[in-house]
Amino acid sequence: MRAYVIKRVFGMIPTLILISGLIFIVIQLPPGDIVTSTLDRMQSQGLEVSTEAVANLRAQYNLDQPLLIQYVRWIGGFLVGDMGYSYLFTRPVSELVWERLGYTLMITVSSLIFTWAIAIPAGIYSAVRQYSFGDYLITTIMLVGLATPSFLLALMAMYAGYEFFGISIGGLFSPEYRDAPWSFGRLLDFLSHLWIPMVVLGLGGTASTMRILRANLLDELSKPYVVTARAKGVKPMKLLFKYPLRIAINPFISTIGLLMPALISGEAIVSIVLGLPTIGPALIQALIAQDMYLAGSFLMLLAVLTVLGMLLSDLLLAWADPRIRYE
Amino acid sequence: MSEVANQATPAVVTDLGTETLQEISPRQLAWIRFKRHRLAMISAGFLIAMYLITVFCEFVSPYNTDTRNVKAINAPPMSIHFFDAEGNFHLRPFVYSYDMEINADSWMREYKENTEEMYPIYFFEAGESYHMWNLFEAETHLFATREGYIHVFGTDQLGRDMFTRVFYGARISMSIGVVGVMLTLFFGVLIGGIAGYMGGIVDRGIQRIIEVLLSLPTLPFWMALSAALPVEWSSLMVYFGITIILSLFGWPGLARQVRGKFLALREEDFVMAARLLGAGRLRVIFRHMMPSFTSHIITTATLAVPGMILGETALSFLGIGLRPPVVSWGVLMQQAQNYQVIVMTPWLMIPGLFVVLTVIAFNLLGDGLRDAADPYNTGGNRD
Repeated sequence: MRAYVIKRVFGMIPTLILISGLIFIVIQLPPGDIVTSTLDRMQSQGLEVSTEAVANLRAQYNLDQPLLIQYVRWIGGFLVGDMGYSYLFTRPVSELVWERLGYTLMITVSSLIFTWAIAIPAGIYSAVRQYSFGDYLITTIMLVGLATPSFLLALMAMYAGYEFFGISIGGLFSPEYRDAPWSFGRLLDFLSHLWIPMVVLGLGGTASTMRILRANLLDELSKPYVVTARAKGVKPMKLLFKYPLRIAINPFISTIGLLMPALISGEAIVSIVLGLPTIGPALIQALIAQDMYLAGSFLMLLAVLTVLGMLLSDLLLAWADPRIRYE
Repeated sequence: MSEVANQATPAVVTDLGTETLQEISPRQLAWIRFKRHRLAMISAGFLIAMYLITVFCEFVSPYNTDTRNVKAINAPPMSIHFFDAEGNFHLRPFVYSYDMEINADSWMREYKENTEEMYPIYFFEAGESYHMWNLFEAETHLFATREGYIHVFGTDQLGRDMFTRVFYGARISMSIGVVGVMLTLFFGVLIGGIAGYMGGIVDRGIQRIIEVLLSLPTLPFWMALSAALPVEWSSLMVYFGITIILSLFGWPGLARQVRGKFLALREEDFVMAARLLGAGRLRVIFRHMMPSFTSHIITTATLAVPGMILGETALSFLGIGLRPPVVSWGVLMQQAQNYQVIVMTPWLMIPGLFVVLTVIAFNLLGDGLRDAADPYNTGGNRD
């Protein structure tokens, strides 16, 4: 197990280097750079900018250096937690990021748990009662959940909250708790706001996860050993949970790895619609303002989060399935 | 009569039976299996109808996309009647005009049907002239009213007909799905084929890149790339730009599958046999290997279309995809940025309904195709 963990953890490094290179290319793509857009803004405010000041600004952002140096500086700063200064938010990026990253992580993890809490029982039910009314009902609901754009689901959740529960949904806190320090009341308030993005995000991933479990379980259920056990009189529930389910759940664990990118993608847009203080809305603001370095930092953080999620799912799988460990 | 039938029926059945057993081609077999999948058949019908409408949307929709009806701003969908207020039946369907009044409390426009004034609907009627496919002028519409107006899906904040805009939007959104998937297919098959064919270090390099691309959260990257599209680009260029961006993260999955199939098929006996019989490399690939994975590729492609449509919708909804004069489902959904819209003008969500229906149809069609294409499928549990 230890050898496997070490192998996997070090295997992440080239992946992250490739990703960072990719992100660096992406943030170089738009015409112009942070200096030209800053200049535009200053000139539109009627400020005179000397060529010397421009040169200083370019030097400050290392824009006068070759691309490779720029890349190394950027990623080096990122590694030590120095992500530059955001003109958009007029704060150092690193200050801005941690708080938002925390909320992103919380929403993603809770919707992952929600996805499982729904997908596992639903998958088991529709495999055991294949072609029953319940099977079709579950499959239909899942299909609609899969097909509905997440921003539309978020809008509908807001509507439902407003119409049926009389609460205004949006943000992660009620106004009175927004800037308050953490307390029990604030925690409760937070949890009461958390479930909307959790459900909205979770529904999208539930369909595919459930179908994988259903298919795996159906394969197992038709195997001779299950028939044998049943013929020998093992109780149906005990049989199900003791043998086929344990085998069917293994490939299922590996789907966390696939679920993570999808959840983080979805989280971005759901947060924008619901106005949550996470990375997604900040990313889009940065993109619209063409503050590409800030956007790059956000992208990198999201990518790191996904890669870590995949690592975790691989380790979990290795722990659950010895065949992978000893390969 | 019955005697004849009794005699004829068994003969026909056995005849048909043996014929079916002897002369069925794999393609016919797949078609028979596909027909059994009722939901997939319905979905195929729906999608064919939708694509036909998008091809002829100038003709199908009663107005042009920018035509404004100032008498109907944010007006709800009209219902089509056959019976008038007195209960008289009219063979020609008609709609009632709007009766607008401003609510004294909310200052919102409220519309009611004005049963005094009815506008009969005429089919193949001359209406607003339009530029069909940018080729020639025409003015025949599928349906129109001679006097007044007709808004089957209501109107938006500017009084533009939603029915018209939904189907013009379908033209953009549904074609982005197909064009994007074709690009994905091209890159996926090419790169996957190269990896499977060359093997060795090239294969490992490509594998690595595929893994990285698959592990990225796509939407933030789509956002970054489409925000990088120059503002001064024309609508057509933005359209292709967005399509390319959407397929940029689509090909790795396909490439991996193609590579896997390639490697597995290379070891098959029939490939070995073909090679031993002296078939050239290209002949082995195109004549013997390709047919066994085209069906697989078609299925994957079908299941990839919804992702593209949802991607376009999300990007345009956020305001960084396609931009207004262009009408797409995502652009239309931009009007529904907050839940007040759902409360006040729920018909502005109709484009969303079409997105959902189209995505479901593609998913079901893909399921049906997969079942039909799998030669080892016995109608069992494979999902």
